[in-house]
Amino acid sequence: MHISNFDLYRDLLKEKSGLTLTPDKAYLIESRLMPIAKKWGYTSLDNMCMALRGVPDPNLIKDIVEAMTTNETSFFRDTKPFDLFRDHILPAMMKDRASARKIRIWCAAASSGQEPYSLAMLLKEKGAALANWQIDILGTDISTDILETAKRGEYSQFEVQRGLPITMLMKYFEQKGERWIIKDDIKKMVKYQYFNLLDNMAALGRFDIVFCRNVLIYFDKETKGEILGRIAKQMAPDGMLLLGGAETVMGITETFKAVPDKRGLYMRADSPALASTSAATAVK
Amino acid sequence: MKCLVVDDSRVVRKVARRIVEDLGFACDEAEDGQKAYEACLQAMPDAILLDWNMPVMSGIDFLEKLRALPGGQTPKVVFCTTENDMAHIQRAMTAGANEYIMKPFDSDIIKSKFSQIGLIEG
Repeated sequence: MHISNFDLYRDLLKEKSGLTLTPDKAYLIESRLMPIAKKWGYTSLDNMCMALRGVPDPNLIKDIVEAMTTNETSFFRDTKPFDLFRDHILPAMMKDRASARKIRIWCAAASSGQEPYSLAMLLKEKGAALANWQIDILGTDISTDILETAKRGEYSQFEVQRGLPITMLMKYFEQKGERWIIKDDIKKMVKYQYFNLLDNMAALGRFDIVFCRNVLIYFDKETKGEILGRIAKQMAPDGMLLLGGAETVMGITETFKAVPDKRGLYMRADSPALASTSAATAVK
Repeated sequence: MKCLVVDDSRVVRKVARRIVEDLGFACDEAEDGQKAYEACLQAMPDAILLDWNMPVMSGIDFLEKLRALPGGQTPKVVFCTTENDMAHIQRAMTAGANEYIMKPFDSDIIKSKFSQIGLIEG
Protein backbone atom coordinates (compact mmCIF):
# COMPACT_ATOMS: atom_id res chain seq x y z
CA MET A 1 0.00 0.00 0.00
CA HIS A 2 1.25 3.48 -0.83
CA ILE A 3 2.16 5.73 2.08
CA SER A 4 -0.20 8.43 0.80
CA ASN A 5 -3.02 5.88 0.95
CA PHE A 6 -2.19 5.03 4.54
CA ASP A 7 -2.55 8.74 5.27
CA LEU A 8 -5.97 8.77 3.60
CA TYR A 9 -7.27 5.93 5.78
CA ARG A 10 -5.72 7.49 8.87
CA ASP A 11 -7.34 10.88 8.21
CA LEU A 12 -10.70 9.29 7.36
CA LEU A 13 -10.73 7.39 10.67
CA LYS A 14 -9.67 10.39 12.69
CA GLU A 15 -12.45 12.45 11.12
CA LYS A 16 -15.22 9.86 11.40
CA SER A 17 -14.43 8.16 14.70
CA GLY A 18 -11.72 10.04 16.57
CA LEU A 19 -9.57 6.91 16.43
CA THR A 20 -5.87 7.55 16.03
CA LEU A 21 -4.00 5.19 13.76
CA THR A 22 -0.22 5.14 14.32
CA PRO A 23 2.13 3.74 11.63
CA ASP A 24 2.88 0.61 13.66
CA LYS A 25 -0.84 -0.22 13.39
CA ALA A 26 -0.69 -0.19 9.59
CA TYR A 27 -1.18 -3.95 9.58
CA LEU A 28 -4.69 -3.40 10.94
CA ILE A 29 -5.64 -1.61 7.74
CA GLU A 30 -4.55 -4.60 5.71
CA SER A 31 -6.23 -7.27 7.83
CA ARG A 32 -9.45 -5.39 8.48
CA LEU A 33 -10.06 -3.56 5.22
CA MET A 34 -9.21 -6.27 2.70
CA PRO A 35 -12.55 -8.00 3.42
CA ILE A 36 -14.33 -4.66 2.93
CA ALA A 37 -12.48 -4.08 -0.35
CA LYS A 38 -13.52 -7.53 -1.55
CA LYS A 39 -17.13 -6.96 -0.53
CA TRP A 40 -17.21 -3.75 -2.58
CA GLY A 41 -15.45 -5.32 -5.56
CA TYR A 42 -12.05 -3.65 -5.27
CA THR A 43 -9.01 -5.79 -6.01
CA SER A 44 -6.74 -3.92 -3.60
CA LEU A 45 -6.73 -1.27 -0.89
CA ASP A 46 -5.04 1.11 -3.29
CA ASN A 47 -7.97 0.64 -5.68
CA MET A 48 -10.45 1.29 -2.90
CA CYS A 49 -8.52 4.45 -2.12
CA MET A 50 -9.14 5.79 -5.61
CA ALA A 51 -12.87 5.45 -4.97
CA LEU A 52 -12.50 7.19 -1.62
CA ARG A 53 -10.70 10.10 -3.24
CA GLY A 54 -13.65 10.61 -5.60
CA VAL A 55 -17.22 10.79 -4.31
CA PRO A 56 -17.42 7.73 -2.08
CA ASP A 57 -20.59 5.86 -1.18
CA PRO A 58 -21.47 6.77 2.44
CA ASN A 59 -22.09 3.06 3.10
CA LEU A 60 -18.52 2.26 2.05
CA ILE A 61 -17.25 4.80 4.56
CA LYS A 62 -19.53 3.32 7.21
CA ASP A 63 -18.17 -0.18 6.50
CA ILE A 64 -14.57 1.04 6.74
CA VAL A 65 -15.07 2.93 9.98
CA GLU A 66 -16.94 -0.01 11.50
CA ALA A 67 -14.22 -2.46 10.48
CA MET A 68 -11.48 -0.29 11.97
CA THR A 69 -13.10 0.98 15.16
CA THR A 70 -15.12 -1.81 16.67
CA ASN A 71 -13.85 -5.21 17.65
CA GLU A 72 -10.52 -3.99 18.95
CA THR A 73 -9.64 -7.13 20.83
CA SER A 74 -6.91 -9.64 21.50
CA PHE A 75 -6.40 -12.90 23.33
CA PHE A 76 -6.18 -12.27 27.10
CA ARG A 77 -6.75 -8.58 26.46
CA ASP A 78 -5.50 -6.51 29.44
CA THR A 79 -4.28 -9.74 31.15
CA LYS A 80 -5.62 -8.83 34.63
CA PRO A 81 -9.29 -9.82 34.09
CA PHE A 82 -8.12 -13.27 32.98
CA ASP A 83 -5.81 -13.61 35.98
CA LEU A 84 -8.85 -12.71 38.11
CA PHE A 85 -10.93 -15.30 36.28
CA ARG A 86 -8.32 -18.03 36.80
CA ASP A 87 -7.20 -17.17 40.33
CA HIS A 88 -10.34 -15.80 41.98
CA ILE A 89 -13.61 -16.16 40.08
CA LEU A 90 -13.18 -19.75 38.94
CA PRO A 91 -11.96 -21.15 42.29
CA ALA A 92 -14.87 -19.39 44.05
CA MET A 93 -17.39 -20.79 41.56
CA MET A 94 -15.91 -24.29 41.73
CA LYS A 95 -16.27 -24.24 45.51
CA ASP A 96 -19.80 -22.81 45.59
CA ARG A 97 -21.11 -25.01 42.80
CA ALA A 98 -19.34 -28.20 43.79
CA SER A 99 -22.62 -30.14 43.90
CA ALA A 100 -24.41 -28.75 40.83
CA ARG A 101 -21.16 -28.71 38.80
CA LYS A 102 -22.53 -26.20 36.37
CA ILE A 103 -21.25 -22.77 35.37
CA ARG A 104 -22.68 -20.47 32.69
CA ILE A 105 -20.54 -17.69 31.27
CA TRP A 106 -21.65 -14.85 29.01
CA CYS A 107 -19.29 -12.75 26.90
CA ALA A 108 -21.57 -9.85 26.05
CA ALA A 109 -19.30 -8.36 23.39
CA ALA A 110 -17.64 -11.46 22.01
CA SER A 111 -16.33 -9.75 18.88
CA SER A 112 -14.10 -12.08 16.86
CA GLY A 113 -13.98 -14.64 19.66
CA GLN A 114 -10.67 -13.92 21.41
CA GLU A 115 -12.29 -13.29 24.79
CA PRO A 116 -14.50 -16.40 24.97
CA TYR A 117 -11.73 -18.58 23.55
CA SER A 118 -9.27 -17.17 26.12
CA LEU A 119 -11.70 -18.22 28.86
CA ALA A 120 -12.17 -21.63 27.24
CA MET A 121 -8.38 -22.16 27.20
CA LEU A 122 -8.12 -21.24 30.89
CA LEU A 123 -10.91 -23.71 31.67
CA LYS A 124 -9.11 -26.38 29.68
CA GLU A 125 -5.94 -25.70 31.68
CA LYS A 126 -7.84 -26.75 34.82
CA GLY A 127 -7.87 -30.24 33.34
CA ALA A 128 -9.28 -33.01 35.50
CA ALA A 129 -10.55 -30.57 38.17
CA LEU A 130 -13.36 -29.60 35.78
CA ALA A 131 -13.75 -32.95 34.06
CA ASN A 132 -17.33 -33.66 35.15
CA TRP A 133 -18.54 -30.09 35.02
CA GLN A 134 -20.93 -28.60 32.53
CA ILE A 135 -19.55 -25.23 31.55
CA ASP A 136 -21.32 -23.15 28.92
CA ILE A 137 -19.77 -20.10 27.33
CA LEU A 138 -22.12 -17.92 25.31
CA GLY A 139 -20.57 -15.27 23.09
CA THR A 140 -22.88 -12.60 21.73
CA ASP A 141 -22.26 -9.60 19.53
CA ILE A 142 -24.25 -7.10 17.51
CA SER A 143 -22.24 -7.77 14.36
CA THR A 144 -23.21 -10.95 12.56
CA ASP A 145 -20.10 -10.66 10.36
CA ILE A 146 -17.78 -10.65 13.34
CA LEU A 147 -19.64 -13.61 14.85
CA GLU A 148 -18.93 -15.60 11.70
CA THR A 149 -15.24 -14.82 12.22
CA ALA A 150 -15.53 -15.93 15.84
CA LYS A 151 -17.17 -19.21 14.80
CA ARG A 152 -14.42 -19.94 12.30
CA GLY A 153 -11.85 -19.38 15.05
CA GLU A 154 -9.26 -18.53 12.45
CA TYR A 155 -6.66 -15.88 13.19
CA SER A 156 -3.74 -14.11 11.53
CA GLN A 157 -0.16 -14.38 12.71
CA PHE A 158 -0.47 -10.91 14.24
CA GLU A 159 -3.63 -11.78 16.13
CA VAL A 160 -2.18 -14.92 17.74
CA GLN A 161 0.87 -13.01 18.98
CA ARG A 162 -0.88 -10.24 20.86
CA GLY A 163 -1.58 -11.53 24.36
CA LEU A 164 -1.37 -15.23 23.60
CA PRO A 165 1.55 -17.10 25.18
CA ILE A 166 3.41 -19.31 22.70
CA THR A 167 2.75 -22.41 24.82
CA MET A 168 -1.01 -21.84 24.41
CA LEU A 169 -0.60 -21.32 20.68
CA MET A 170 1.20 -24.67 20.50
CA LYS A 171 -1.41 -26.47 22.58
CA TYR A 172 -4.67 -25.03 21.31
CA PHE A 173 -4.12 -24.00 17.69
CA GLU A 174 -3.46 -25.66 14.38
CA GLN A 175 -1.57 -23.96 11.59
CA LYS A 176 -3.05 -23.70 8.13
CA GLY A 177 -0.71 -21.75 5.83
CA GLU A 178 -0.48 -18.25 7.25
CA ARG A 179 -3.55 -18.75 9.45
CA TRP A 180 -3.90 -20.21 12.92
CA ILE A 181 -7.09 -22.09 13.73
CA ILE A 182 -8.33 -22.78 17.22
CA LYS A 183 -8.71 -26.51 17.83
CA ASP A 184 -12.14 -28.12 17.86
CA ASP A 185 -12.12 -29.05 21.54
CA ILE A 186 -11.78 -25.36 22.45
CA LYS A 187 -14.10 -24.21 19.68
CA LYS A 188 -16.94 -26.43 20.78
CA MET A 189 -16.84 -24.97 24.31
CA VAL A 190 -18.24 -21.69 22.98
CA LYS A 191 -21.66 -21.00 21.43
CA TYR A 192 -22.21 -17.81 19.48
CA GLN A 193 -25.41 -15.89 19.00
CA TYR A 194 -26.44 -12.49 17.65
CA PHE A 195 -27.63 -10.22 20.43
CA ASN A 196 -28.23 -6.50 20.86
CA LEU A 197 -27.71 -5.34 24.45
CA LEU A 198 -30.77 -3.13 24.08
CA ASP A 199 -32.99 -6.19 23.54
CA ASN A 200 -34.78 -8.31 26.13
CA MET A 201 -32.28 -10.58 27.86
CA ALA A 202 -34.72 -13.05 29.41
CA ALA A 203 -34.28 -15.69 26.68
CA LEU A 204 -30.52 -15.83 27.29
CA GLY A 205 -31.09 -17.48 30.66
CA ARG A 206 -29.18 -17.07 33.90
CA PHE A 207 -25.42 -16.56 34.13
CA ASP A 208 -22.82 -17.08 36.83
CA ILE A 209 -20.11 -15.00 35.17
CA VAL A 210 -20.55 -12.10 32.74
CA PHE A 211 -17.77 -10.44 30.77
CA CYS A 212 -19.10 -7.11 29.49
CA ARG A 213 -15.94 -5.25 28.66
CA ASN A 214 -15.42 -2.13 26.59
CA VAL A 215 -18.88 -2.15 25.08
CA LEU A 216 -20.85 0.09 27.46
CA ILE A 217 -18.59 2.96 26.40
CA TYR A 218 -20.66 3.17 23.24
CA PHE A 219 -23.84 4.03 25.18
CA ASP A 220 -24.92 7.13 27.10
CA LYS A 221 -25.06 7.12 30.88
CA GLU A 222 -28.76 6.40 31.20
CA THR A 223 -28.62 3.48 28.76
CA LYS A 224 -25.53 2.08 30.51
CA GLY A 225 -27.41 2.01 33.81
CA GLU A 226 -30.42 0.43 32.20
CA ILE A 227 -28.36 -2.31 30.51
CA LEU A 228 -26.46 -3.07 33.74
CA GLY A 229 -29.78 -3.29 35.60
CA ARG A 230 -31.05 -5.88 33.13
CA ILE A 231 -27.76 -7.81 33.20
CA ALA A 232 -28.07 -8.02 37.00
CA LYS A 233 -31.46 -9.72 36.57
CA GLN A 234 -29.84 -12.41 34.42
CA MET A 235 -27.18 -13.14 37.01
CA ALA A 236 -27.05 -15.61 39.88
CA PRO A 237 -27.12 -13.84 43.27
CA ASP A 238 -23.42 -14.60 43.76
CA GLY A 239 -22.61 -14.04 40.07
CA MET A 240 -19.60 -12.03 38.99
CA LEU A 241 -19.42 -9.25 36.39
CA LEU A 242 -16.25 -8.07 34.65
CA LEU A 243 -16.18 -4.59 33.13
CA GLY A 244 -13.43 -2.98 31.03
CA GLY A 245 -10.48 -1.27 32.71
CA ALA A 246 -11.80 2.23 32.04
CA GLU A 247 -15.39 1.41 32.98
CA THR A 248 -17.18 1.77 36.30
CA VAL A 249 -20.65 1.45 37.83
CA MET A 250 -20.11 4.49 40.03
CA GLY A 251 -22.76 7.10 39.40
CA ILE A 252 -24.36 4.81 36.80
CA THR A 253 -26.21 2.11 38.70
CA GLU A 254 -26.79 0.88 42.23
CA THR A 255 -27.41 -2.69 41.13
CA PHE A 256 -23.70 -3.63 41.14
CA LYS A 257 -20.94 -3.01 43.65
CA ALA A 258 -17.20 -3.19 43.04
CA VAL A 259 -15.49 -6.13 44.73
CA PRO A 260 -12.78 -4.68 47.00
CA ASP A 261 -9.20 -5.11 45.74
CA LYS A 262 -10.36 -6.82 42.52
CA ARG A 263 -10.13 -4.22 39.78
CA GLY A 264 -12.87 -4.48 37.19
CA LEU A 265 -14.84 -7.09 39.15
CA TYR A 266 -18.38 -6.42 40.30
CA MET A 267 -21.14 -8.33 42.08
CA ARG A 268 -24.82 -7.68 42.54
CA ALA A 269 -25.27 -5.15 45.33
CA ASP A 270 -27.60 -7.61 47.09
CA SER A 271 -25.12 -10.49 46.80
CA PRO A 272 -24.60 -12.43 50.02
CA ALA A 273 -21.02 -13.12 48.92
CA LEU A 274 -20.29 -9.41 48.62
CA ALA A 275 -21.70 -8.76 52.10
CA SER A 276 -19.25 -11.28 53.54
CA THR A 277 -16.26 -9.83 51.63
CA SER A 278 -17.15 -6.29 52.78
CA ALA A 279 -17.41 -7.55 56.33
CA ALA A 280 -14.05 -9.26 55.96
CA THR A 281 -12.52 -6.08 54.58
CA ALA A 282 -14.05 -4.02 57.39
CA VAL A 283 -12.66 -6.37 60.03
CA LYS A 284 -9.21 -6.21 58.44
CA MET B 1 18.05 -4.75 33.04
CA LYS B 2 20.05 -5.61 29.94
CA CYS B 3 18.73 -6.95 26.63
CA LEU B 4 20.92 -8.45 23.92
CA VAL B 5 19.46 -8.10 20.43
CA VAL B 6 20.83 -10.75 18.07
CA ASP B 7 20.06 -10.32 14.37
CA ASP B 8 22.15 -10.15 11.22
CA SER B 9 20.07 -7.27 9.89
CA ARG B 10 21.22 -3.87 11.09
CA VAL B 11 17.77 -2.46 10.36
CA VAL B 12 16.01 -5.07 12.50
CA ARG B 13 18.52 -4.51 15.32
CA LYS B 14 17.87 -0.79 15.19
CA VAL B 15 14.08 -1.22 15.32
CA ALA B 16 14.32 -3.79 18.12
CA ARG B 17 16.76 -1.62 20.07
CA ARG B 18 14.32 1.28 20.05
CA ILE B 19 11.49 -0.93 21.27
CA VAL B 20 13.42 -2.60 24.11
CA GLU B 21 14.96 0.71 25.18
CA ASP B 22 11.45 2.14 25.39
CA LEU B 23 10.61 -0.77 27.67
CA GLY B 24 13.43 0.30 29.98
CA PHE B 25 16.25 -2.04 28.94
CA ALA B 26 19.85 -1.17 28.27
CA CYS B 27 20.56 -2.72 24.87
CA ASP B 28 23.54 -4.52 23.35
CA GLU B 29 23.65 -5.86 19.81
CA ALA B 30 25.21 -8.92 18.19
CA GLU B 31 25.14 -9.75 14.48
CA ASP B 32 25.33 -13.54 14.76
CA GLY B 33 25.17 -16.39 17.28
CA GLN B 34 28.94 -16.53 17.76
CA LYS B 35 29.14 -12.82 18.68
CA ALA B 36 26.14 -13.28 20.99
CA TYR B 37 27.85 -16.26 22.65
CA GLU B 38 30.99 -14.22 23.24
CA ALA B 39 28.91 -11.39 24.72
CA CYS B 40 27.22 -13.85 27.08
CA LEU B 41 30.60 -15.22 28.20
CA GLN B 42 31.52 -11.67 29.22
CA ALA B 43 28.24 -10.95 31.03
CA MET B 44 24.84 -12.68 30.99
CA PRO B 45 22.08 -10.32 29.86
CA ASP B 46 18.57 -10.48 31.41
CA ALA B 47 16.85 -10.86 28.06
CA ILE B 48 17.86 -12.00 24.59
CA LEU B 49 15.89 -11.25 21.44
CA LEU B 50 17.12 -13.88 19.01
CA ASP B 51 16.93 -14.26 15.24
CA TRP B 52 17.07 -17.80 13.84
CA ASN B 53 18.88 -17.62 10.49
CA MET B 54 22.24 -15.89 10.75
CA PRO B 55 25.70 -16.47 9.26
CA VAL B 56 28.52 -18.04 11.34
CA MET B 57 26.21 -19.39 14.08
CA SER B 58 22.43 -19.72 13.92
CA GLY B 59 20.08 -18.68 16.71
CA ILE B 60 19.16 -22.24 17.63
CA ASP B 61 22.84 -23.33 17.82
CA PHE B 62 23.55 -20.30 20.00
CA LEU B 63 20.62 -21.11 22.30
CA GLU B 64 21.75 -24.70 22.82
CA LYS B 65 25.30 -23.56 23.62
CA LEU B 66 24.02 -20.80 25.91
CA ARG B 67 21.81 -23.14 27.96
CA ALA B 68 24.78 -25.48 28.46
CA LEU B 69 26.90 -22.69 29.98
CA PRO B 70 27.19 -22.11 33.72
CA GLY B 71 24.58 -19.39 34.40
CA GLY B 72 23.24 -19.91 30.90
CA GLN B 73 19.74 -20.66 32.22
CA THR B 74 19.39 -17.11 33.54
CA PRO B 75 18.63 -15.04 30.43
CA LYS B 76 15.04 -15.09 29.16
CA VAL B 77 15.30 -15.90 25.46
CA VAL B 78 12.68 -14.71 23.00
CA PHE B 79 13.08 -15.95 19.44
CA CYS B 80 12.22 -13.35 16.83
CA THR B 81 12.29 -14.90 13.38
CA THR B 82 10.56 -15.29 10.04
CA GLU B 83 10.41 -19.05 10.72
CA ASN B 84 6.70 -19.35 11.47
CA ASP B 85 5.83 -23.03 11.46
CA MET B 86 4.98 -25.27 14.39
CA ALA B 87 8.09 -27.47 13.87
CA HIS B 88 10.46 -24.51 14.36
CA ILE B 89 8.46 -23.24 17.33
CA GLN B 90 8.56 -26.64 18.98
CA ARG B 91 12.28 -27.03 18.36
CA ALA B 92 12.98 -23.58 19.84
CA MET B 93 10.91 -24.24 22.96
CA THR B 94 12.54 -27.64 23.44
CA ALA B 95 15.97 -26.01 23.21
CA GLY B 96 15.00 -23.71 26.06
CA ALA B 97 13.47 -20.59 24.51
CA ASN B 98 11.00 -18.75 26.78
CA GLU B 99 8.87 -17.14 24.09
CA TYR B 100 8.65 -16.97 20.31
CA ILE B 101 7.85 -14.08 17.99
CA MET B 102 7.08 -14.57 14.33
CA LYS B 103 8.23 -11.65 12.17
CA PRO B 104 7.02 -9.13 11.28
CA PHE B 105 6.72 -7.77 14.79
CA ASP B 106 5.73 -4.47 16.37
CA SER B 107 6.17 -2.89 19.78
CA ASP B 108 2.86 -4.35 21.03
CA ILE B 109 3.99 -7.90 20.33
CA ILE B 110 7.38 -7.49 22.00
CA LYS B 111 5.72 -5.80 24.97
CA SER B 112 3.11 -8.53 25.23
CA LYS B 113 5.69 -11.33 25.07
CA PHE B 114 8.09 -9.64 27.51
CA SER B 115 5.30 -9.16 30.03
CA GLN B 116 4.12 -12.78 29.69
CA ILE B 117 7.52 -14.08 30.76
CA GLY B 118 7.87 -11.54 33.56
CA LEU B 119 10.56 -9.34 32.01
CA ILE B 120 8.32 -6.30 32.40
CA GLU B 121 5.17 -5.47 34.36
CA GLY B 122 1.92 -6.23 32.52
